[in-house]
Amino acid sequence: MDNARSRILSRIRRSADKGDETARVAAVEARLQHPQRNLVPERGQGDEAHRIEVFVRMMEAVGGTVEILRDLNDVPASVATYLRNTNRPAMIRRGRDEYLANLPWHRAQTLTVKEGRAEDADTASLTHAFAGVAETGTVVQLSGPDNPTTLNFMPEAHIVLLEAKDITASYEEAWTRLRDIYGPGQMPRTVNMISGPSRTGDIEQTIVRPAHGPKDMHVIIFRRP
Amino acid sequence: MEAKTAEFTSNVARAIADSQLQGTMTETGPRFIEKRAKARAGLPEFDALRDQARDIKDHVLAHLDLYLERYEAKVAESGGHVHWAETAEEARAAILSICRKLDAKLATKGKSMISEEIGLNQALEAAGITPVETDLGEYLIQLRNEPPSHIIAPAVHLTRDQIEADFRKAHTHLDPNRDLTEIPTLVEEARTVLRQKYLDADVGITGANFLIAETGTSIIVTNEGNGDLTQTLPKAHIVIASIEKIVPTLEDATTILRVLARSATGQDFSNYTTFSTGPRRPEDPDGPLEYHVVILDNGRSNVLGTEFQDMLRCIRCGACLNHCPVYQAVGGHAYGWVYPGPIGSVVTPALIGIEKAKHLPNASTFCGRCEEVCPMRIPLPRLLRHWREKEFEKHLTPAAVRSGLSVWAYFAKRPKLYQFGTRIAARLLNVMSGRKGRFASLPLAQGWTRYRDMPAPQGKTFQAMWKERRHG
Repeated sequence: MDNARSRILSRIRRSADKGDETARVAAVEARLQHPQRNLVPERGQGDEAHRIEVFVRMMEAVGGTVEILRDLNDVPASVATYLRNTNRPAMIRRGRDEYLANLPWHRAQTLTVKEGRAEDADTASLTHAFAGVAETGTVVQLSGPDNPTTLNFMPEAHIVLLEAKDITASYEEAWTRLRDIYGPGQMPRTVNMISGPSRTGDIEQTIVRPAHGPKDMHVIIFRRP
Repeated sequence: MEAKTAEFTSNVARAIADSQLQGTMTETGPRFIEKRAKARAGLPEFDALRDQARDIKDHVLAHLDLYLERYEAKVAESGGHVHWAETAEEARAAILSICRKLDAKLATKGKSMISEEIGLNQALEAAGITPVETDLGEYLIQLRNEPPSHIIAPAVHLTRDQIEADFRKAHTHLDPNRDLTEIPTLVEEARTVLRQKYLDADVGITGANFLIAETGTSIIVTNEGNGDLTQTLPKAHIVIASIEKIVPTLEDATTILRVLARSATGQDFSNYTTFSTGPRRPEDPDGPLEYHVVILDNGRSNVLGTEFQDMLRCIRCGACLNHCPVYQAVGGHAYGWVYPGPIGSVVTPALIGIEKAKHLPNASTFCGRCEEVCPMRIPLPRLLRHWREKEFEKHLTPAAVRSGLSVWAYFAKRPKLYQFGTRIAARLLNVMSGRKGRFASLPLAQGWTRYRDMPAPQGKTFQAMWKERRHG
């Protein structure tokens, strides 16, 4: 295989007159060391109210549902109500995320809250989004013990808690935040960008929900008063 | 996969006579076009983003060796493994060797055109490993043992009745009297059957829409969530991707993602865009324990630096298929290999040789719609023309066409003689056509006149009329 490697790379190098090798290396280094934003669409740009408005519109357009809460303490009751309204068992699976762990779960006494990665039998999950992107109504989830990746895909209902301040205009701002936390060139194992519940159009181009992932996606936006 | 490109002419005849296929194509074809047009109209920056997407890939192709090396180093740094494969055979061998080490019996698979290109499923089966396609479209064609007929909608040629019959045949453990007449019921059944496969699988194999050099990350894009279950639940995640999938940074990937879904399905963004870097981290409660990337060349590096290089910008969105009158008339299977449509007619000769694929560059009217809609601004008609030139140079064109062309060339190189000849011919045909001004049949052109009349020249040649107009 090492031979394959060197043969492929040397064929690429031979392929054209690449000019000055030092300049080529410098161009690549510059681009990787200082990632530049390309054209960023205007759609999501604006103040917090605008970003929320665009996020909600785009998320609802792809079949997600959204509610906005002004008090974080209302989240447990809101989760319980959502599950009741969608005829699901009063059970939720979440990760270790402190933000979620510190919610006043005793306020929704009928609700069973389990911690850990998703199991096949789980019917609903709650995750805390790293960011929301207004542009396309997209939530950004990071893997790890706080919000395990399986929670985004296995249960039939995926509930996401998203702070209004974390709704960015574009994907690019989410990348900048991620680099600030993880360091340049570093990523969590998985970054999931999710825009609405799972669907397929593979049979006669007819859109059907769900395909393999969640049937419902519900975003609770917490907006500080 | 074995190429049946040489049988293009008979494949086309069969496709045109296939009323079921014709019905499906007429039904679904226009929907793709409408959806893309709507998505484009919704983003004022769309065309400017296409320019930038093109520039990003051109920059990558000029520095591909350096970006590949950086990508490889970053994958290793995150605990993953890169395997290089010059040929389809080497790629299959690399994947089989990973599977054997894990003693794998069942492999779930996300949608990957590279997997089709290297005939991975057959190789897995031969090694005693059961491959299960999890993208619904891919699952449907796997049940039928067919290649995909479209790059992003592999089962676009099938009707729900055909799918119902296939499900009854394959899912014999379910109640034979169940109702499967509605599309949602079919999808639900596939969901249930495949959910168990995700849980049972030993390895998950996916493709990659992009590989990011900055971070050593692979990206998959799906709407179903199948790719994520495929790569998250088993012990190992194997990515199979070709060398040109590289982009420099997260920002660059983001720019191209903005034009990908809009061009493909007309969505602003696909439901799931997933960035994977290495295996499960020490604290992670889920994710694969091993992460492997098989990087395939399979002839692509030979295209670099040639007049065909622009084809390597392709992001496999399928827009050129959706807008191609030839693809819409004959469907994807007629093309005879993995990649159909205009991009297929450009890529296939590069990967399997123009000798085998000589018909494909001719499967175009040069109407130019493919280039008009390509998000990466690939000059597809120009590339097809280059292949026709190669075909001619290599004497692959049929004798009748070659001698016809040389007769025409003889006259075309002698303008006086050409003008004289066309003047006589135009007058003669005008007289011969009689009062109707049309021919119901013509020698050597029965293929045309069987379906319509040939209008006769009205007496003067174009050149004569042009001269009159300029002086007139």
